[in-house]
Amino acid sequence: MIETILDNLAGSLEKLMPEVDRSIGLDAVVLTVARDDLLTILKRLRDEPALDFKLMIDITAIHYPEAEKPLVAVYQFLSVKHNHRIRVKVPLSEGESVPSIIGLWRCANWYEREMYEMFGILVSDHPDLRRLLTEYDFEGHPLRKEFPVYGRFQVKYDEEQRRVVRKPTKLEVPFREIYGRDG
Amino acid sequence: MGMIEEVRQEPGQGAADQQGFFLTSVNTMVNWARTSSMWPMTFGLACCAVEMMHAGASRYDLDRFGIVFRGSPRQSDLMVVAGTLTNKMAPALRKLYDQMPEPRWVISMGACANGGGYYHYAYSVVRGCDKVVPVDIYIPGCPPTAEALLYGLIQLQRKIHRTNTLTTGWGGKIK
Repeated sequence: MIETILDNLAGSLEKLMPEVDRSIGLDAVVLTVARDDLLTILKRLRDEPALDFKLMIDITAIHYPEAEKPLVAVYQFLSVKHNHRIRVKVPLSEGESVPSIIGLWRCANWYEREMYEMFGILVSDHPDLRRLLTEYDFEGHPLRKEFPVYGRFQVKYDEEQRRVVRKPTKLEVPFREIYGRDG
Repeated sequence: MGMIEEVRQEPGQGAADQQGFFLTSVNTMVNWARTSSMWPMTFGLACCAVEMMHAGASRYDLDRFGIVFRGSPRQSDLMVVAGTLTNKMAPALRKLYDQMPEPRWVISMGACANGGGYYHYAYSVVRGCDKVVPVDIYIPGCPPTAEALLYGLIQLQRKIHRTNTLTTGWGGKIK
């Protein structure tokens, strides 16, 4: 079943955009595109009747600290009509921005904010690139590998100043590597 | 209200029935009034809030204890911190606590509010809401059942009954 669907989609892609780097990973077709080609390719994915990826499912990213291009923005799309799913990856250098896809899918707005917040990937032409989930004066990008999982700051109420203040993290219970290599 | 019952017996057996009055201490009276209408501010932050709703709904029915949820801190005596308190929410929680009129109490409901719980080592969660507000009763559980919350509320009533309002102020908290 899944093989037929994947073959189907791979066939359409081979016909329509043979120049795009294509692979299969985790039961999905993965396209790897350059940052500058992203918008044209996504527009074709959405508008070609044989592809018809009308639904933007998710935007996220991956951090590979060792790699030459350490950040990879990942877009997931669904074609309801053809029952196809596709994943588009955009490798980025440190500090490189990715174009906003809000012009193609309006719902991408908050996903791009979250990607910026969690990985520090700048999104060009985004109308409102603020943090989404953490407090607005939060420093750092939590899903990067170098970010300590327990954070750099913690909050507490200060009796003298009579307000909630931020202090460097001091764990009262020592940190445990729960899913660490040595178990 | 066992304490009233005891005091009522003091002047002689059945004095209230025969003579139309009873004696009690102001302390008991004040504490009785406070414990009989603890209005909590709804502060549902996560799944604990659902258990808090169960406690409020018809089966456990907090209304029969005079516990009526209020939407405003200005009308509340009690804050039930039900759920994960995040760093972003902490200043708002403190602000609402500061807006509550004294005397006021806080119940920390569930593992997350007690000490961060599942999110103890997370970068975005306060490791215990007692870092932000003074807590009177801690209810363990993840989430605590509606019965556990009810038990916590009754424990708080007992705690209020133990305070000697006239001599120590409000549980010694007023400075």
